[in-house]
Amino acid sequence: MDNSVIVSDIGKCFGHGNHKVRALDGVSLQVKRGELFGLIGPDGAGKTTLFRIVASLMLPDCGHAEVEGFDTVAQYREIRKIIGYMPGRFSLYQDLSVEENLKFFATLFGSDIKKSYPGIQPIYRYLEPFKKRKAGKLSGGMKQKLALCCALIHDPKVLLLDEPTTGVDPVSRKEFWEMLGLLQDKGITVIASTPYMNEAMRCHRVCLLQNGKVVGCDSPENIRRAFPFKVLSVKSAEMFRLLEELRRYPGCHACYPFGAYHHFYCKQGSVQADTLQQFLENQGYTDIKIKESEPTIEDCFMDLMSQGGKDGN
Amino acid sequence: MKQFFAFVEKEFYHIFRDKATMLIILLMPVVQVLIFGFAITTDIQNTEIAVLDQCNTPESRTLVAKMDAGSYFQVSGYLDSPEQIDEVFKKGKIKMAVVIPPGFSRDLTEGETAQVQLVTDATNPNEASIITGYLQNIIGAFAMELKPENPPLPMVNVETRMLYNPQLKSAYTFVPGVIGLVLMLICTLMTSVSIVREREHGTMEALLVAPSKPIYIIFAKTVPYFCISIFNLLVIILLSIFAFDVPIRGSFLMFFLASITYIFTSLCLGIFISTVSKTQQIAMIISLMGLMLPTVLLSGLMFPIESMPALLQGLSYLLPARWFIDMGRVIMIKGLGFSYIWMQWTILMGMAAVFLALSVRGFKVRLT
Repeated sequence: MDNSVIVSDIGKCFGHGNHKVRALDGVSLQVKRGELFGLIGPDGAGKTTLFRIVASLMLPDCGHAEVEGFDTVAQYREIRKIIGYMPGRFSLYQDLSVEENLKFFATLFGSDIKKSYPGIQPIYRYLEPFKKRKAGKLSGGMKQKLALCCALIHDPKVLLLDEPTTGVDPVSRKEFWEMLGLLQDKGITVIASTPYMNEAMRCHRVCLLQNGKVVGCDSPENIRRAFPFKVLSVKSAEMFRLLEELRRYPGCHACYPFGAYHHFYCKQGSVQADTLQQFLENQGYTDIKIKESEPTIEDCFMDLMSQGGKDGN
Repeated sequence: MKQFFAFVEKEFYHIFRDKATMLIILLMPVVQVLIFGFAITTDIQNTEIAVLDQCNTPESRTLVAKMDAGSYFQVSGYLDSPEQIDEVFKKGKIKMAVVIPPGFSRDLTEGETAQVQLVTDATNPNEASIITGYLQNIIGAFAMELKPENPPLPMVNVETRMLYNPQLKSAYTFVPGVIGLVLMLICTLMTSVSIVREREHGTMEALLVAPSKPIYIIFAKTVPYFCISIFNLLVIILLSIFAFDVPIRGSFLMFFLASITYIFTSLCLGIFISTVSKTQQIAMIISLMGLMLPTVLLSGLMFPIESMPALLQGLSYLLPARWFIDMGRVIMIKGLGFSYIWMQWTILMGMAAVFLALSVRGFKVRLT
């Protein structure tokens, strides 16, 4: 068996009566052992609920999940010994110092800092200068590193990271993902969720979750390759009016703002860059710049999500 | 076991690093014992009375002087006519008016039974009967002094002896009760928020996902409060001995044993509240409203349980404080030994076991 985590047809609802919210709706996925698996989706997509169910912290309404062959409901005790889980909300003790937090969690797992040191060293070395500082007084990035240390302290087989980089500055975010790369070498299965699409590229495979449903699951490369449209990056002096104009343009599949450019999706061969340029010039736009670009993972997700949204409604 | 000590260590850090908590748990007992101890008292002290002396002879003046002499009463007004009695009561300063009729001295010297009228404000019936009793004693003593060779001859001679508390100090009954109340507040209130706080702060999520045994988590929460409560207990005992002059007549060790049993029961009750409450606020409301009020009213701290309706008496059996106050009075005031408190002690231990079992069972191993 080379699947580390198997989720099959999981459903979960919250609330009662009219206020019932379907957080997860028939979610199935398999994560291979040693894989860095990304769970991507907007806020409220059901990522945290899925993590909690896999971490045995929550019971699913239907379907079942297993981690390393253990059922998350019946064998939750076994699961809690082999997983490392980093909740989305900082959940260490703010009034304990870095060292005390680590020591406490190490002891909980029947280990101690010395024994676990080699495992966490690559991450802990960033924290070591602040080991006497209270966890509540750490910066956002440091907090996340400490939480990761605590989740890794017992050498888990599966690591579940719920939005580990939310609220963290871009440099720390990059560092954090580099650390996850280091864990790959040790064969740890890592499932991480993130609302940042650009982080998805670092995963072996990504799964896009929306409104509690899986709308796409593959390697980032395959997802990009499967993108059925040509992407034109369009820019002009008046960006706001341009967006509406492009969306009305015949042959336009969709158009989204992407930083300095608007990304214009169209069927291969249906729209030519110079005809579009001509058209926009006639409409009175200035400083027009159009270039054909490779679809990025974000393009794919924007498109997948718009389809998912249509299905959902 | 190592796990357990790690939990205990963590709990100690939480308490010692939170200055507000420290202040509350160390200062609250002292302040409460002092407030309750001095406020809840039925002792008669400096009660103001008015006198309408229609006789105005050396005898009547001696009687009034005797009333004024002790620390119980203070004659604060002399009235001129019976009409004024109503007026002074309406003003509310006076608890009692003493009327000495014109024939008072004559009756005394002629060997007749002299009359004195006591008019009391019975808005508070307990107080009214107590001060009437005190004043009757003073008048009785006055009569005896006047004619010691010829005492009045009642048909039955009643001789009363007040056992255990001959001076009828109310502190003797209240101090054990106040100890019970204060310990209950500290132990139950503090622990009742402890588990639900971890749920609210999200730290429970990290705790649950580790292979930690619920019994460890629960027991570890009680340990630091247990230590602090013992410290508080010693402070309270010192206060009751030196501030309220309440002795521990029985064995100190016995009282200590009774108290730590009660502390343990209160802690278990607090933990139980914490496992069933959804938020810290609910836990606080349950332990303050749901426990403090019944403890004050029903545990025998203020009102005798025997005179309550059967339903309330039944309720009082459920209050740990009732059994502790019972034990406290038996040991401190009566000075009796374990054979007189074994039942109360066993009941408290049983309660602790039940609360603990319910907490472990009710402890949610998942998030809800």
